[in-house]
Amino acid sequence: MAVNKNITAEDERFQLLDEFIDEIEDKKSSLINVLHKAQEIFGYLPLEVQKHIAEKVDLPLSEVYGVVSFYHHFNLEPKGKYQISVCLGTACYVRGASKVLERIKKELNIEVGETSEDTKYSLQATRCVGACGLAPVVIINDDVYGRMTEEKVPEILEKYK
Amino acid sequence: MAKIVELITENVGKVRPDSLEDYLNASGYEALKKAFKMTPEEIIEEVKKSNLRGRGGAGYPTGSKWEQLHEIDETPKYIVCNADEGEPGTFKDKIIMDKDPFKLVEAMTIAGYTFGSNHGYIYIRGEYPLSKKTMQKAVDLAKEAGYLGDNILGTDYSFDIHIRTGAGAYVCGENSAQLNSLEGKVGRPRIKPPHLAEVGLFKKPTLVNNVESFAAIPYIVLNGGEKYASFGTKESGGTKLVCLSGNVVNRGVYEVPFGTTIREIIYDLGGGMPEGRKFKFAQIGGSSGPCFGEDKLDTPLCYKETGKNGLIVGSGALLVVDDSNCAVDFAKCISEFFVHESCGKCTMCREGNRQLLRILTRFTEGKGCKEDFALIEQLSNVLPISSFCGLGETATRAVSTCIELFRDEFEEHIEGKCRAGICSFSEGGK
Ligand SMILES: Cc1cc2nc3c(=O)[nH]c(=O)nc-3n(C[C@H](O)[C@H](O)[C@H](O)COP(=O)(O)O)c2cc1C
Ligand code: SF4
Ligand code: FES
Repeated sequence: MAVNKNITAEDERFQLLDEFIDEIEDKKSSLINVLHKAQEIFGYLPLEVQKHIAEKVDLPLSEVYGVVSFYHHFNLEPKGKYQISVCLGTACYVRGASKVLERIKKELNIEVGETSEDTKYSLQATRCVGACGLAPVVIINDDVYGRMTEEKVPEILEKYK
Repeated sequence: MAKIVELITENVGKVRPDSLEDYLNASGYEALKKAFKMTPEEIIEEVKKSNLRGRGGAGYPTGSKWEQLHEIDETPKYIVCNADEGEPGTFKDKIIMDKDPFKLVEAMTIAGYTFGSNHGYIYIRGEYPLSKKTMQKAVDLAKEAGYLGDNILGTDYSFDIHIRTGAGAYVCGENSAQLNSLEGKVGRPRIKPPHLAEVGLFKKPTLVNNVESFAAIPYIVLNGGEKYASFGTKESGGTKLVCLSGNVVNRGVYEVPFGTTIREIIYDLGGGMPEGRKFKFAQIGGSSGPCFGEDKLDTPLCYKETGKNGLIVGSGALLVVDDSNCAVDFAKCISEFFVHESCGKCTMCREGNRQLLRILTRFTEGKGCKEDFALIEQLSNVLPISSFCGLGETATRAVSTCIELFRDEFEEHIEGKCRAGICSFSEGGK
């Protein structure tokens, strides 16, 4: 996922987003879909992107911002190249998810909600990803790791350098 | 001995989810063909006879819900499938979507036909990207083959299904919040009445049912409501998907007839605790459900008996917790969930949950005091009556039942002792 701190109105990626929006019939009710797409393209949703979307779907910026800030999935800040999510849902918790989380924090030297200085890793805690049968679960970008243990952490992180 | 009955999971693992042909070979779409020969009233009558109740958590009789929507004349009507599955420890809707997606497509089409609706929406949580892909593929294949779209199977009935994804907000599982979210808005609950059957999606009459509720419809239409009901108990018809998780040997989703006891589920199907560990407590219905001890294990899973014992059927999540866990830290984990997920609309839900978490955190640090029990009790009494939606109403249930069961453990924490050795009191406990 691309990380870019300076997105300007000239950014080519807006064209990609516009193509997506233009295909939609009912633009206003598709705001969340549009935001998903925008985050897929830009990696996060800075003000510049929100403004562009507001204009394009004909909604006040305040409403777009309201939606972006309401849903946990949308990021206002850029995230690391590798986004690590540790499930802290109860089924993972009772199988030792906190220990796994502690180990990841220690290995990467970041706290939950933070991105490492080299912008390589972001760490977040999620609530149940529906893989409770494999608990405890860690997700790194699109890869799901079940039956996690503290000991497996370094070896798995090794794959994301 | 508990038994598994495959009414709605009959195809799971037996059909390829991306093969309409497999689905058709497994008697797929026979129910829709039969439905096309029935009147809407006849279909609704079968659903009523089935005793099916909402599997999303609230347990509202599906037949009555369908009847109410049927009586409303306004058009257009919308069909919404609630696939938000946000209750921690619940992973059953995912099995249906990932393993037998055409079943859901067929069920929604039957519902659409019953209400003369031309548009259905599936609201899938953002955490399930694979389910979204699988469902989209099934919708596309069904459309190509004439099972969806214009003039389905040569009739004059047309129906389309749109897939939408959530964006990480538990409250969007609440049906009215979900409709707001489907409209592209902030997903906060609406005031009811008006009921969604009258003023629903885009202010039009709307049916919202859970994935598992829908998944029972083809069986009911094909075999009759009575046949479906015959599998359960007198009041609770049919089967329930139970999501068994936590400290048991065989975790997973099991389809059991109502009336199966919780003990049978945990020990016969789940294989009991891992070697050397002891049962401590269980929690039913997800994070919003109550915790209970050994004495309630013989409760049969059904709406009546669970109700009598202070339990719920809820979403079907059954979490087993063994003695390696600390009741206080567990309560704190649940409380963190509700702080994170409160939508902030009501003061008591927003602030009350925060205060509860602060108190529980004090306990885990050895800084709790006797007076805290009264504070927690106060919050547990006030939140249910001062919250706008089910989230705030149920947010304190797990914590208060946990304290009822393990008051001694909470008291030990005041003295700086954690028998499970989970809480470390390094930061200056007493
Ligand atoms: C906070 C909250 C979260 C909910 N989450 C879900 C959910 O994830 N899935 C679901 O089907 N129902 C959920 N519900 C219940 C729905 O409001 C609604 O009762 C259900 O979708 C109706 O379908 P059913 O009758 O088929 O169960 C939730 C309710 C509340 C109050
Ligand atoms: S009870 Fe909580 S989640 Fe429900 S509307 Fe109020 S603040 Fe939002
Ligand atoms: S609790 Fe972690 S996947 Fe369900």
